[in-house]
Amino acid sequence: MDDEKAILSETLRGGAMWSWTLKRGTSLRLIDSEGGANVSALFLNADAPLERYNMPDTLKAQFIAYLSKGNALHSDMGRILVSIVEDTCGWHDTLCGPTDARLTEAKYGASSYQRHRNERNRNGRDNFLVELGKYGLGKKDMPVPINFFSKVTVDEDGNLRWQPGHSRPGAMVVLRAEMNVLVVLSNTPHPLDPASAYSPKPVRVEIRRIQAPGPDDACRISRPENGRGFQNTEAQFV
Amino acid sequence: MPTLVYTESGLHPSDAVRDEILPAGKGWLHIIKAGQHFRILDLEGNQAVDTLFYNASDPADRYDAVATIRAQGNIFLTTGTRLMSSEGNVLLTITADTCGRHDTLGGACSAESNSVRYALDKKHMHNCRDSFLIELANSPQGLTKRDLAGNINFFMNVPVTPEGGLTFADGVSAAGKYVEMRADMDVLALISNCPQLNNPCNAYNPTPVRLLIWDPPAGAA
Repeated sequence: MDDEKAILSETLRGGAMWSWTLKRGTSLRLIDSEGGANVSALFLNADAPLERYNMPDTLKAQFIAYLSKGNALHSDMGRILVSIVEDTCGWHDTLCGPTDARLTEAKYGASSYQRHRNERNRNGRDNFLVELGKYGLGKKDMPVPINFFSKVTVDEDGNLRWQPGHSRPGAMVVLRAEMNVLVVLSNTPHPLDPASAYSPKPVRVEIRRIQAPGPDDACRISRPENGRGFQNTEAQFV
Repeated sequence: MPTLVYTESGLHPSDAVRDEILPAGKGWLHIIKAGQHFRILDLEGNQAVDTLFYNASDPADRYDAVATIRAQGNIFLTTGTRLMSSEGNVLLTITADTCGRHDTLGGACSAESNSVRYALDKKHMHNCRDSFLIELANSPQGLTKRDLAGNINFFMNVPVTPEGGLTFADGVSAAGKYVEMRADMDVLALISNCPQLNNPCNAYNPTPVRLLIWDPPAGAA
């Protein structure tokens, strides 16, 4: 699968933001070292960021409301941004979006740089706006994030249920870039996490080289829709 | 069994300040003023009405499907749902609904998603995103593809199973069902009356809808 040796390896502290141009042929590994992490993540085509993760197209193509191993993240242009080649967690939330300043203050109380310095309570939306801004992107360019390591189920009346204790220490997910992808991460709490204290966990981020998907690749063949998405994507790189 | 609650409106079409038919495959871009009521009526049943709303004074502040879901802790839109914006503002509130639930996970069809979902040779077929894009291109506000976000599908039923499956369930709408909402600020409404011919959700038969707007009652602030 991916190389033994990481090209880049770093730890995102709680509250951190991060971005990286993940080249086609490399993988991004996220590791929930302590358990109970939540990483909100945006995916855009790095070469043409008007193309970006499309939550409805991703869910409809695979008849799913969450993401795990064997799934692919579809763009609004019928192509695959990244696919999930390994996942020891089993469920990543697609439905709840990021936290924002209003929600974070309502839940955890007021927090400011003046008082709390770098321990202040950061939120997902503002983290995303800062990172996107570095690429000349803004509010209109923000797709819906995936909340890695968080599980939210839906009952038959449509009610959301946040599942406690979902991600175990060492849980890991590996994403393979199928095009050059701008990845933006915010290591901030899940918006439905009922914990009253602001305490996002550290998350390990590793980049590696990874083999190109073959004709029998698990993500490619998990749905005929994914196969057509791969076909649309690979046609761009011939 | 899921609980569906139906709520009727007391407003009469004869009092509406706007009353028009939008055929399938057509787009519609229109300002709805704060306090006005806006009704979408499913004339023939199970028609998907793909809809986006923008804060009329700042289109970057726009309908946000996951913020709406998060705010009410529920994926279905119905009476009482506050349609939330990306900045955390209430754009409109649903005040009547004789259908019972509406979808906001399913998004809009596009040429490209037709190629993925159905077959590569379905890319040529008319689709909602094309209707959205031509309305945006002609908009006096100068809107573009960057202004497209996840939309509402009025009259569509897209439940999620406890195991996390996304299902396109039998329609809960029917001829004459409607949904009505009050604008909580001046909003720009963008609609594509869905032309999809590959999906059983509309019985492969896209049909017209009726759009009505009422002014606030006299004396209302």
